[in-house]
Amino acid sequence: MLKDITLGQYFPGNTVAHKLDPRTKILLVVLYIVALFCAKGIVTYAVMGLCLAVCVRISKVGLKQLVRGLKPVLFILLFTGILNLFFTPGDRYLVEWGFLRISDVGLRNAIFMVLRIMLLIMGTFLLTYTTSPISLTDGLERLLNGLKKLRVPVHELAMMMSIALRFIPTLIEETDKIMSAQKARGADFESGNLIQKAKALIPILVPLFISAFRRADELATAMECRCYHGGEGRTKLHVLQYARRDYIALLLGVLVMVLVMVLARFGL
Amino acid sequence: MEPILQIRNLTHTYGVGTPFQRSAVEGMSFDVYDGEFLGVIGHTGSGKSTLIQHLNGLLKPTSGQVLLRGRDIWAEPKKIRDVRFKVGLVFQYPEYQLFEETVYKDIAFGPANMGKTGEELDRCVREAARLVGVRDDQLDKSPFELSGGQKRRVALAGVMAMEPDVLVLDEPTAGLDPAGRENLMANIRDYHRNKNKTIILVSHSMDEIAQNVDRILVLKNAHVLMSGVPAEVFQRAEELISAGLDVPQVTRVARALRERGLDIDPAVYTVEALEKQLLALRKGGAAC
Repeated sequence: MLKDITLGQYFPGNTVAHKLDPRTKILLVVLYIVALFCAKGIVTYAVMGLCLAVCVRISKVGLKQLVRGLKPVLFILLFTGILNLFFTPGDRYLVEWGFLRISDVGLRNAIFMVLRIMLLIMGTFLLTYTTSPISLTDGLERLLNGLKKLRVPVHELAMMMSIALRFIPTLIEETDKIMSAQKARGADFESGNLIQKAKALIPILVPLFISAFRRADELATAMECRCYHGGEGRTKLHVLQYARRDYIALLLGVLVMVLVMVLARFGL
Repeated sequence: MEPILQIRNLTHTYGVGTPFQRSAVEGMSFDVYDGEFLGVIGHTGSGKSTLIQHLNGLLKPTSGQVLLRGRDIWAEPKKIRDVRFKVGLVFQYPEYQLFEETVYKDIAFGPANMGKTGEELDRCVREAARLVGVRDDQLDKSPFELSGGQKRRVALAGVMAMEPDVLVLDEPTAGLDPAGRENLMANIRDYHRNKNKTIILVSHSMDEIAQNVDRILVLKNAHVLMSGVPAEVFQRAEELISAGLDVPQVTRVARALRERGLDIDPAVYTVEALEKQLLALRKGGAAC
């Protein structure tokens, strides 16, 4: 079912991970990603894994939910794994089977690549699991505030992002409803070849687009009725403020990144 | 009369194994007879929508059965589409499902999916359009040019055109103005009278139910609270009210009159019946 998609879902909680300033969390994720791409060997990957494990532990997000988030990218994981496994040339071949050969480098690459993607996705999901979409966009807007001087419409982008996030569940629900209604009229989405299947989507897509435009129109009117006129002079109800825990978290994050970089230098 | 649909111990649980696990329908059993006009009423969240999606196999029961003319509809899951042609379901706000270029094509979508072609298809479409009061010159228009009420009619015709044995309507008059409501209900009554097909009407409005149906099914908290002809059901007004439901306006008036000491059957639900009783009382010499 469409409803089971957990992409970017927020799990409310009251842990330190939830309480951290969204800007801190975004910056930490950036540091985490940079460190992850510097990681080279077993030791550095172990450090990254440990990092993630500690964060997951602090945030009290269930391991099950975190792993479930990997489901949509399972295909990419498999694809990267298999490509790296079979098609990396190396000095020594562990298995040779027709044109399929597994080299020692290939095996290493495959394992590390898959691990890297998994850690990457779980790390970013931890951000969305512990941060509500609203505070996430709020944080992003504040972080990018400096770009306003370069005429980047930061507020508008943030507003667009929060509206888009807000409407994902609504649109999923709507799709579900329209699909049911068309199924009740005998629409068949499962059988047939690719072209027939693509054609079968028209009865869903047309009503969906129309309702999306209708919603956008209504929302725009509602916003205008409440005198929305962009970000200029707009104040916030909740002003973001760094607390001591934010500085500590950032410091730790920088330390881990430096540690990983140094270790990677030595090829660990 | 023979039951056309039999619901046996139907249970549907959402989100099994998650913290959000919840049964929307629990152990429901009832029969729907051939040619009857059945009303289903219940408070928001009483399981109406979940229930009706089982009748045409859009949802699969967690446990229990739905029998169509004595056969389990899930006996052959591959043939579930055939069930959907026999049990036509019109969702709430069905006008949002329109997608074709012309009204005609949209109404033809269902019957064409059934495999109807040529004159047979044309007959189904035109007849359904006539039944809901869509004029011939509107058939070539884009459905998006029509008014909200007209769109609703077209969507309804789209299901009627499949000529299902059972027509399930989920709040067909929601969001229409009073004239539009009465108009649409009249069309539905006509359809029932002319075609003699079973209709299941889901509604919030007790008045709408009371004026149209032969039998009422009252749902509460995922269970069947009561079922029977309108007079039986409205006799138990206290229970209805405690289930968060209303009784028809006329019944309310009758109950109020009875509380003030008039000898009136509190289960009357039509203006005519109440009038008759009041006239009889007057003849009897009671002070009104």
